[in-house]
Amino acid sequence: MWDYCGHSLETARLRGARYADVRVMHMRQRDLTTKNGQVGTLGQSESIGLGIRVIANGAWGFASTDQLTREGVASCAAQAVAIAKASALAKKEAVQLAPEETYVDSWQGPCQKDPFEIPLETQLDLLLAADAAMRKVKGVTLAETDLQFRKIDSWFASSSGSKIHQRRVTSGCGIAATCFKGDAIQKRSYPNSFGGQHILGGYELVESLELLKHAPLIAEEAVALHDAAQCPEMIGTLILGGSQLGLQIHESVGHPIELDRVLGQEANFAGTSFLTLDKLNHLQYASPIVNVVADARISHGPGLGSFAYDDEGVPAQCIDIIKGGAFRGYLSSRETAHLVGLNRSGGTVRTEGWNRLPMIRMTNVSILPGTWTPEHLIADTDDGVFMETNRSWSIDDRRYQFQFSTEIAWEIRGGKKVRMLKNPSYSGITTEFWNSCDAICNADHWVLWGTPNCGKGQPMQTMGTGHGAAPARFRNVKIGTAFSNE
Amino acid sequence: MSAKSTKRGATGLRKAAAVAQLRSERELHAIIDTVLRLAKARGIPETEVHVEEVIDALTRFANNAIHQHVAEHGVVVSIRTVLNGRTARVTTNRLDEDAFRSALDDCLSLAASQPKDPLLLPMPGKQKYRNVQRFVPATTSVTAEERARAVKRTCEVAERSGQVAAGIFSTGQSQTLLGNSRGLFASYRQTQAEFSVTMQHGSATSWAKANSADARQVDPLALAITASEKAELAQNPIELAPGRYTVILEPAAVLDLVGFLFYDFSATAVRDKRSCLSARVGKPLFGRNITLSDDVYHPEQSGLPFDGEGLPRQRVLLVDRGIPKNLVYSQRSAKLAHKKNTGHSFALPNEFGEAPMNLVLAGGNSSVPEMIASTDRGLLVTRLWYIREVDPYEKIMTGMTRDGLFLVEKGKVGSAVRNFRFNQSVLEMLRNVELLGSSHRATAEESFEMVVPPMKIGNFQFSEVTKF
Repeated sequence: MWDYCGHSLETARLRGARYADVRVMHMRQRDLTTKNGQVGTLGQSESIGLGIRVIANGAWGFASTDQLTREGVASCAAQAVAIAKASALAKKEAVQLAPEETYVDSWQGPCQKDPFEIPLETQLDLLLAADAAMRKVKGVTLAETDLQFRKIDSWFASSSGSKIHQRRVTSGCGIAATCFKGDAIQKRSYPNSFGGQHILGGYELVESLELLKHAPLIAEEAVALHDAAQCPEMIGTLILGGSQLGLQIHESVGHPIELDRVLGQEANFAGTSFLTLDKLNHLQYASPIVNVVADARISHGPGLGSFAYDDEGVPAQCIDIIKGGAFRGYLSSRETAHLVGLNRSGGTVRTEGWNRLPMIRMTNVSILPGTWTPEHLIADTDDGVFMETNRSWSIDDRRYQFQFSTEIAWEIRGGKKVRMLKNPSYSGITTEFWNSCDAICNADHWVLWGTPNCGKGQPMQTMGTGHGAAPARFRNVKIGTAFSNE
Repeated sequence: MSAKSTKRGATGLRKAAAVAQLRSERELHAIIDTVLRLAKARGIPETEVHVEEVIDALTRFANNAIHQHVAEHGVVVSIRTVLNGRTARVTTNRLDEDAFRSALDDCLSLAASQPKDPLLLPMPGKQKYRNVQRFVPATTSVTAEERARAVKRTCEVAERSGQVAAGIFSTGQSQTLLGNSRGLFASYRQTQAEFSVTMQHGSATSWAKANSADARQVDPLALAITASEKAELAQNPIELAPGRYTVILEPAAVLDLVGFLFYDFSATAVRDKRSCLSARVGKPLFGRNITLSDDVYHPEQSGLPFDGEGLPRQRVLLVDRGIPKNLVYSQRSAKLAHKKNTGHSFALPNEFGEAPMNLVLAGGNSSVPEMIASTDRGLLVTRLWYIREVDPYEKIMTGMTRDGLFLVEKGKVGSAVRNFRFNQSVLEMLRNVELLGSSHRATAEESFEMVVPPMKIGNFQFSEVTKF
């Protein structure tokens, strides 16, 4: 692989590239699902190829190929240079890259049990058993289970001399029970919706989740939701479960801090950001108890945003995003760092695969733990709603106004969960919402949630991101709007 | 770097100057023949092979300059085997015989790990397909320089108006071949060109987008001017109270809402009781002015005329004058429902079954100017954004307006309006359609392309307002 990298870099140099970096990636994936006792998807895929990014005449060009021959990669590199020269026809300023050291390294992410080595029968037996356990509950009309595994080897080389090999194995697992009754569909998922939990790691994730224990519990809740009271429409106290808070962070902190969005580079598709450059170090983003970091280091945990080096060859870092409630940092790249006065990239540039251009992506954007326990949080709440497990999410294209709904909620009165509520939702304005946070649970209840499906870019790229979160409380939140009929 | 490899690089540069072209069909057909031969030698009774080749290039611009510019070319081979009532799929982009042997072994190994599927049906045999011509040679010759020059002209339109342009100009071509061991063979190739532009005028924005198999039908300059003029009108938005409004939805907004219904017409979704049409097929559900079909053969549609099993897609009348009449089927769902297969299967194995991918919503006699003229008070909606399902059975969708929301008063377009969040049942919306324009191919970002009309709709529910 290094030979292909070197040959393409040299070709780019000879064709006039001032800078080039190249990624050869070998990606393997396995997907297993069941539905109502039958195997659904049962598939495996692999993809290998090379993508090269160059700067020529002060502009970017990128080309990719699956022709891993010396001629194929040279042709690809020459095409990237030709594209860069075409880009220069409509450039404003020459691309500047923040300086970075060169690295020669090999790194492998954590993986105790390689999921590709676990017998398929074992995996399917577990899924079918969980599927059966959900269907045993009367009223369940649809039981679904899901396993996803990926193994990605990447070889990065740059014209500056870096040569970095990384192997990342990711695993995902989830189950869901749906109940159609009368004129409504209710669903419960475990441990999270839309495919469950996802980590940088192996089959140990699946074994840790105790699917068979949780399957009947969520199935019973899916059925019980039909007889639950409708979540009221009110302004009130909201407690979010950890996975929902993780998605709240993703949408209302993670995306607005992407510097390419802030600079207008995503204006046509993903949108821009209310976090204009004047807000850095000046905006009170959240209440003083809120601290958010973007931490790609493995020491933060086995998240989908954990790695040793990003796809520009910049080492993983921890960046303060919100400190004591104040807005302190953006997600940056080598190209954008100087625009916010940084002399180095924050190391957040990643690509979906060999045929996609690396771009700024969330790493692990996490809220740091507070001091509460969920029990104390509920006991301390006189009147509120506790919402768990995302059902829908939406936010405007500058990341101000959001609305989320969850699968289930619980009414809290006098410090106790008193009854189940169906169709819960809440909405708000990002900074008002975060400034209303008055309690965050402690590290014992903090989980690094994986979001495997973050879409961005044109052509669209899907990326996994991590979000450490613990249950947290927010005051004066607009609740129940999604189902309002006024 | 040796002198020898430099010489090879020069060869590469000459190739890079031309636009890459698809391989011949014969070359990809040979891949299918090879895999089928290897499978037969292994004693595998049924094998299906998909081969897909994609060439795409995309020029992306923002802040009145190109900031990303990419090209890709790849071939993927996807193999499905059936043995002893068990099936699985393995996909690879390595095109040598060793890779195919390995994929076949993995396929058998995956399949053997599961219980026998009593509902697994034999692969279909040879089929007849209608000829669909969506490969336009003119599109295949568009170069990076030509896209860059079109972008430059777009940026000049923006600069002349004191605006900032962002968007994409992409061109590409693809071909798909599908063959199986029972003699089925299908092939299809198409081209595509797409231009999308957002114009920012201060804090106001607007947007225009088009795509076509024929790059000559996509006019970047015209789209840039449309977006620019609208962005100028979008300045200084007023804030209105949330509530129910009459809305005039431009085609992109119609597409993005109606497009979310597509999977509800899957027979498997109805059988699984996760469709909003569960217990509703055959009963009046929408207004009598709503007629919806799935029609891959419509002249403004795109996509494969065969499904994931290689069966010809049929035109299906989904909604007839407000009544859901028919669903779409795969082989399996058709057998379970005792219906005729309509050729809408996803590639097997999968848990989702099938879906209509070529929706055509019948239009009416009105037009956007007539809708505006007939409106005493309402809102003109350019585009919607971040649409998600809040309630799957009532089909309540939430999302935002974006890139141009305007107040219509006494038959005229007036002030720009701050963007709203909506929480609106699509079922209710399609009962409240007052006027429809003529139907044409529309493209947006939340749903795949469809043929839809603009619509005037009463009582559309906006629940909250944002800050711009």
